[in-house]
Amino acid sequence: MSKATDNVLSIRNLSIDYATQEGSLKALRNVDLDIPKGQIVGVVGESGCGKSTLISSIIQLMANNAKTTSGTVFFEGEDLLTMSPTKLKSLRGQRMSIVFQDPMSTLNPVLTIGKQMVDIQYRDKRSKSQKRQRSADMLAQVGIPDPASRLNQYPHEFSGGMQQRISIAMALQAQPALLIADEPTTALDATLEVQIIDMLKELQSSIGCSILFISHHLGVIAELCNQVVVMYAGEIVEQGPVSRVFKSPKHPYTQKLLECDPASIAKKTRNLPTIEGEIPNLSDLPAGCIFTSRCHKKTAQCEELKPKRHAVTQGATEKHFVTCHLESL
Amino acid sequence: MSQLLEVNNLRVQFRVKSSMASWLQKSESPFIDAVRDVSFKIKEGETFTLVGESGSGKSTLANAVVGLLPTASGSINFMGDDVTQMPDKQLMAYRKQISMMWQNPTGSLSPRMQVGDAITEPYKIHNLSDRDKQQEAKRLLNLVGLSARFQDRYPHQLSGGQARRVGVARALALNPKLIVADEPTAGLDVSVQGEILNLLNRLQDDLGVSLFVITHNLNIVRHISDRTAIMYLGRFVEEGPTDDIFVNPHHPYTLALLSANPEVTNVGALERIALKGEVPSLMHRPSGCEFHTRCPFAQELCATVAPVGIDFGFEYSATCHYPR
Repeated sequence: MSKATDNVLSIRNLSIDYATQEGSLKALRNVDLDIPKGQIVGVVGESGCGKSTLISSIIQLMANNAKTTSGTVFFEGEDLLTMSPTKLKSLRGQRMSIVFQDPMSTLNPVLTIGKQMVDIQYRDKRSKSQKRQRSADMLAQVGIPDPASRLNQYPHEFSGGMQQRISIAMALQAQPALLIADEPTTALDATLEVQIIDMLKELQSSIGCSILFISHHLGVIAELCNQVVVMYAGEIVEQGPVSRVFKSPKHPYTQKLLECDPASIAKKTRNLPTIEGEIPNLSDLPAGCIFTSRCHKKTAQCEELKPKRHAVTQGATEKHFVTCHLESL
Repeated sequence: MSQLLEVNNLRVQFRVKSSMASWLQKSESPFIDAVRDVSFKIKEGETFTLVGESGSGKSTLANAVVGLLPTASGSINFMGDDVTQMPDKQLMAYRKQISMMWQNPTGSLSPRMQVGDAITEPYKIHNLSDRDKQQEAKRLLNLVGLSARFQDRYPHQLSGGQARRVGVARALALNPKLIVADEPTAGLDVSVQGEILNLLNRLQDDLGVSLFVITHNLNIVRHISDRTAIMYLGRFVEEGPTDDIFVNPHHPYTLALLSANPEVTNVGALERIALKGEVPSLMHRPSGCEFHTRCPFAQELCATVAPVGIDFGFEYSATCHYPR
């Protein structure tokens, strides 16, 4: 299986349901996603589109009422869905790690940074001073000045941007193969956002890991990622190289999303574009395409038939896929 | 347009040490200035936006303006009366004319209160018992584009965008002259963000209410605001008409903020200016110009002498020795 060696993560036909009082809620449906080695893949989509469910299934820390109904999640050639809990535990934090949105609630406020950074190396057989040295080196890599003495400080003694850089340092300390970043820049302002993005790019190339980057800031995705995945209501509607997807979006949802970005509207307006309508109820799915109710280009067949995934570019090395009837014509 | 709010040299302090500790450590003041010497005006029917990084004092300034925080010095004039000198009774009347939209929409609604009760609660607080609450709730929900069915919902049954709308409805209950909106679109998707901003714009056109919007999203500022102020370490570094600031920013910090804005298309993007170093602590403010530690254009003078505001006319000013 050569596929598994090219891709750090390879998800096929993944569907996840949540059991709720109103019946089963189909949070993810038939998701196919590859994260190639050394690439940064961005995921965009509105809240409730299944981004968090996707993450929880990759790290296999799912809610109690979640049920995987179909699919495989291959990580470095092994299926995470059939893996033993012990094996999974040894992967988490070691081969894959995660950076969350809010650094303040990621870091423990009553322990020093140094203590926390050494603690998470518990699997390592090295001496404590060696571990400490490693942590200091990692802090230096994320641009924290005077790292050795700052290890003795508590989280509140750092600014928001520094805290986020510390969480990134902690996540990358074990040199994982995959870093999952869940909206790591949402809580930061523009100048710090750019700092974090530049730093992630640098670290990614020096460590050689892959990054799954979740965000709803389109500009950040455009700047950081190689590939982008657009999700809507639990399905992937479009995916491909960032330059291609953002330059010539094929799915009506992607097109609308890009139109709505206030940054892309050059002229000052008091009436910003929006996407009409609401996300469909995931426990009572429409028969046809999931985006039909809000689509400005819908035809009769969209209401009845589920669209299939089509390659937009035939034969190109970098594939651009879209799930829409209009593209199959 | 007549003047609605005028803030002069406002200073808000927080105590960070006991008097004893500061006396023992000699000379160190037990206070930090979260907002220092801030002056601005908001006209009737105008939108004023405040931009700055987290920790720069935006929310503190908003809370002080609404009268929720004591001020150390300076004045806040609302239609001719100084809010900082008001006795409690008058302050209550003042708060009827000014309302707040909080940063966390679901968190600012009581989880045990139905939407209808939440948005008519201001009537109860201000003893306006003559109003028909059912009728008012319907009217307010209608104003923000929600159906009357929402009256019976609880906050956990609302989506982020709906909770924002409820926040707007509650802010509108007493027909205020000024709405203070703290990060009105934080955490919303671009489409829902557009809906909320359109709603605020429409209400302003229909009702003539003034808006004081706090945000760190520069992309939306351009579309909604008439005037903008950029805040750094509790001070305004630049203030002026929004259009002018976006076309020709004078302060290096504004320039850095605008150039750092990641965009999908690179059309019209400025050459990126990287800021070095970290945001200084409020406990140890840098000497001279407080931005000189991170400023790419800083010169000797900046480290020693604090710059004064330069007036470019048209109510446009920047605080810098070497404005761009």
